[in-house]
Amino acid sequence: MSQTAGTATLTPGAPARVTATSGRTAVWRRFRRHPGAIAGAAVLGLITLAVLLAPLSPYDPEASDLSVRFQPPSWQHPMGTDALGRDLMTRVLYGGRVSLTVGVLVVAISLVIGVPIGALAGFYGGRVDSILMRLTDIFLSLPAFLVLILLSAILREVDAPLFERNNVLTIGLVIGVLSWMTFARLVRAAFLTLRETDFVTAARCAGASNRRLIVTHILPNAIGPIIVEATLGLGYAIIEESGLSFLGFGIQPPTPSWGNLLSNAQEYLTKYPWLAIFPGMMIFLTIISANYIGDGLRDAFDPHKVLKKVGEV
Amino acid sequence: MSVYLIRRLLQTVALLFLLSIVLFALVNVAPGGPLAGHGQSRHVRPERAAILMRQFGLDKPLPVQYVIWLAGNDWMRVDADGDGIADSYGTRKGILRGDFGFSFRTRQPVLAEIGQRLANTIYLMAVTMLVALVIAIPIGIISALRQYSATDIALTTFSFAGQAIPEFWLGLVLLLIFYAWLKNPFTGEPLLPPGGMYTLGAEFALLDRIKHLILPVATGALGWIAWYSRFLRSSMLDVIHQDYLRTARAKGLSERRVVYRHALRNAVIPLVTVLALDLPYLIGGTVFVETIFAWPGMGRLYYQSALQRDYPMLLAILIIGAAAIIISNLLADVAYAYLDPRIRYN
Repeated sequence: MSQTAGTATLTPGAPARVTATSGRTAVWRRFRRHPGAIAGAAVLGLITLAVLLAPLSPYDPEASDLSVRFQPPSWQHPMGTDALGRDLMTRVLYGGRVSLTVGVLVVAISLVIGVPIGALAGFYGGRVDSILMRLTDIFLSLPAFLVLILLSAILREVDAPLFERNNVLTIGLVIGVLSWMTFARLVRAAFLTLRETDFVTAARCAGASNRRLIVTHILPNAIGPIIVEATLGLGYAIIEESGLSFLGFGIQPPTPSWGNLLSNAQEYLTKYPWLAIFPGMMIFLTIISANYIGDGLRDAFDPHKVLKKVGEV
Repeated sequence: MSVYLIRRLLQTVALLFLLSIVLFALVNVAPGGPLAGHGQSRHVRPERAAILMRQFGLDKPLPVQYVIWLAGNDWMRVDADGDGIADSYGTRKGILRGDFGFSFRTRQPVLAEIGQRLANTIYLMAVTMLVALVIAIPIGIISALRQYSATDIALTTFSFAGQAIPEFWLGLVLLLIFYAWLKNPFTGEPLLPPGGMYTLGAEFALLDRIKHLILPVATGALGWIAWYSRFLRSSMLDVIHQDYLRTARAKGLSERRVVYRHALRNAVIPLVTVLALDLPYLIGGTVFVETIFAWPGMGRLYYQSALQRDYPMLLAILIIGAAAIIISNLLADVAYAYLDPRIRYN
């Protein structure tokens, strides 16, 4: 269970053949069998690549050219142009950098807060556990999106160094601080079961410190669900960032993000619909890819479920 | 069970109390203070600002302000005219006695304002949830019964897509199609209205109400349909392979009876729990639908209050939202124990 996982190949009539392979290879092999996950990974990969290559675009994302405003999609402007004659595709790609960065930042922050809280609560139990879990409960009882709106409405006025006017860092931080709870609960649950296992007892008898038990013995065995949740979390974070920006509380123009591009498009919806269609399409594709990847990973880390799916258990 | 209930109730009260401190602190440490959005002018003279601070009791230390907010100030002397001398009794009753103060924006009592908006939101959400369940339950059952068939794969793909479509984008796309593009062939008017609860100035007409509901409900329901159908599919699959269903078949019951009487009953239990947990979205989950379709509900009220930093209103909605979440958690646990006799709390 810890370092190696056996894969069983069952053919009717033939004796079961069990091959021991490294856990990582087995997970990867199972992941590849999930068509949705592979498609999701491909689409998300493509989007990431396109977004990274945004500076190759011949257009400036912020320079306006009023002679070409509201051009419908064409070969020169594959997604058309906006009210100031800026190339929408260039802006969507730059907006994607912002949205994806916020997504990754949020996941990183939730991991940094959630994993230690869950690990300490699950490992030590007792008082530590109940204090940390009450804290988690408080955060879970907040109407998260409303608090998010409040916080970003407040921070919109702040001009601190690093955090001026709701930039990527501010928004990522605010969303992250409100989304670590799933990780804490997940990691705690894993630690609760794992700390009772024989290999942990063995390590403890061999003189491993608590710190070593937590970091090198238990945590690596809880990595599966954490990775799954992180993938899904990326999707939620992007939805929340674009939702906030859509309402005007998130990333502030002229910096484009998928959400504020959509927000601006509202005004011109009936006349120049492409302004709304493309940024929304990007959000949709990113979220659905992340969800499919998460689904595939979940199956890959949970071989029992896959075998059940194939009808072998 | 009753011991369990009492303990849970006590925990609920404690949690609500903690949350009220957190939310109060959040609003009051805001840069510029709670007066930042008060009044339209940003350049109030300093002496005038000091008077306002005293009138609102903002010159007192935060813990005192919290107690006043919680329990009112009609039992203590306050400085009502802001001249620096506490010479009269306060009028605030505090949120414990249902006084959430006055809105900075409209100067109306916060609760009165929320009441009407809440009713509008519940109306919208009730229809949305009903539509979502009526569509999601059959989808979930069919998917589970024909696991891995073409139908199941199509329905599962649909629900993956439904969960990934951002509500605010779906709303815009539906507006584009049903308001901008499709026209009523007889009158040439847009097929559906772009927003509002009913045609302003017109007399009550059921058809008019329904027309105004279609787009907001469709926008709001899609995500729920996707989520509930996936949920029911998996809980149905959990149930379907259990021994008691084999027994039911073995004693000669029709497949129909096995599925609808025996399997569905148990598969629906987790769904009821999730439904209870989702109820708080009555309060806040409708921000996008309400802003896009100009629906005069809580979500839009919160959005408008956030734009103008109407702190008493924001605080009230947040507290109500948090209370709704905590209470529905409790309800979900109780409903679960009630519906599933195997569950016993000790």
